[in-house]
Amino acid sequence: MMRFEPAGAEALLLVLAEQPDAQLPLRIALLAERIRAELGPLLRDLVPSWTGLLLHYDLTRTDHRQLAERLSPLLPRWLAEPLPAEGGRLHQIPIWYAGADLAEVARLCRLSVEQVIELHSSTEYRVGAIGFAPGFAYLGDLHERLALPRRSTPRTRVPAGSLAIVERQTAVYPQASPGGWHLLGLCPRRLFDVQREPPCPLVVGDRVRFVAVDEQSFRAEGGPL
Amino acid sequence: MSGLRVLKPGPQSLLQDGGRFGWQHLGVSPAGPLDLHAAAWANHLLDNPWGTPLLEVALGYLELESELDTWLALTGAQVAATLDGAPLPPWSRFPLRAGQRLKLGFARSGQRAYLAVAGGFRAPSLLGSVSTQLREGLGGGDGLGRPLRAGDLLPCRPVNLARAASVPWPYQPDYRAPAQLRVIGGGAAAGFAADQLQAFFERSWQLSPQSDRMGARLLGEPLVAPPQQWSQGVGRGAIQVPPDGRPIILQADHQTMGGYPILGWLHPLDQARLAQCPAHHELRFSPVDLGEAQAELRGFYRFFGR
Repeated sequence: MMRFEPAGAEALLLVLAEQPDAQLPLRIALLAERIRAELGPLLRDLVPSWTGLLLHYDLTRTDHRQLAERLSPLLPRWLAEPLPAEGGRLHQIPIWYAGADLAEVARLCRLSVEQVIELHSSTEYRVGAIGFAPGFAYLGDLHERLALPRRSTPRTRVPAGSLAIVERQTAVYPQASPGGWHLLGLCPRRLFDVQREPPCPLVVGDRVRFVAVDEQSFRAEGGPL
Repeated sequence: MSGLRVLKPGPQSLLQDGGRFGWQHLGVSPAGPLDLHAAAWANHLLDNPWGTPLLEVALGYLELESELDTWLALTGAQVAATLDGAPLPPWSRFPLRAGQRLKLGFARSGQRAYLAVAGGFRAPSLLGSVSTQLREGLGGGDGLGRPLRAGDLLPCRPVNLARAASVPWPYQPDYRAPAQLRVIGGGAAAGFAADQLQAFFERSWQLSPQSDRMGARLLGEPLVAPPQQWSQGVGRGAIQVPPDGRPIILQADHQTMGGYPILGWLHPLDQARLAQCPAHHELRFSPVDLGEAQAELRGFYRFFGR
């Protein structure tokens, strides 16, 4: 099941499962912490995702064989450790549900706008991966009644702070970028800022709840227009 | 602080250092020079350490005026460089005095020239690097991820070196030669049908004009790719095959994760060769053993002090 695969001359892919499950992001996040603590100086980057970890190693200090040899005896023990009951920090993120696609999403899902907001904000999500753009966190699982395919024509510019959904996932766009997801609302907080330490408050395995706020609170929190 | 004044920025001139590593888990691309080989030589000629901030000048047409006495080194694409009108030798270091003008012409061979200054260009470090990432708006002279603009000042220190120096000619690549690029196997390669893998290595490909610092796109008869996987971390050199069957080779500004099946990885030193190919240049691929590629890369890093 678990396996190592060289990924070019300077990276090693650790595959933990063929399919993601609800507990896996937290498991992978804990594993990433362990690996960073144990082998940090040998690594240049460590990228967790739904089913595995990519270790970008420093070829001047190690290689894929040595890394696999050092990790192999430790992994079964780390993977057998019980997960903390709750696990992952909880972030409450305010959202002004006034996205450009809110009415359209309600229509496509045969729900009222209020029901869309209720379904979206009553779920506790988990960060499954961070990628696509700096600070872009893929959150799952979105309620099945809100699951929609990508928009047939992606927008060339989705505004920064947009809360969006697609299939069983939701995310906030940290920067303006092209995007094909459905826009439900706006987040007043910056979710990626190089001047902050760390630049992104979320890590893989963290939990997220969205809290519906009105326009006034959105502006009071510094929301842009 | 004084430095070099940009009179003409050229189509895309970017400040780059060794790359922005350590942040890929937050989705931050490493960036860095597209051609590590030419960039390493430019710094080496000036006794600068590996990854000292320098300029990557796409296609040439850069014009600078110096406010101080220092030394520069120019490598990579042949851009008919002149100093106050006098031609400069390629792959060499040379002195530049206050008031002198450096002018790069159009790239006649290769796509990217590297211009280093003794001691390096000064710029604010963001997440540990000054490398310009256009898509993410990070790095460069003002930290906002912009290419050079006319009027910009490139801060640097006055330096005096003893004598001129050049890269020995066997190390100066001929970018006009056909590009034979080596590929390390692995990834989803086992998922590709044997005849598709064979076709990749037997066919001749062309570099698409749609290529950029994020990915080099290949033109040619499409391959049949296996189904997509769950997204995993991806690295530079990964040869992705999207559903349309036209491979994309990830370059310096690559995204941090991807779900397309990966056919293999371009040898890191051949990524440098690819970076110098113009659109529609012919590309051919051949397999290389992982251990052999690593040994060669280690030797390269050792020589340049990384």
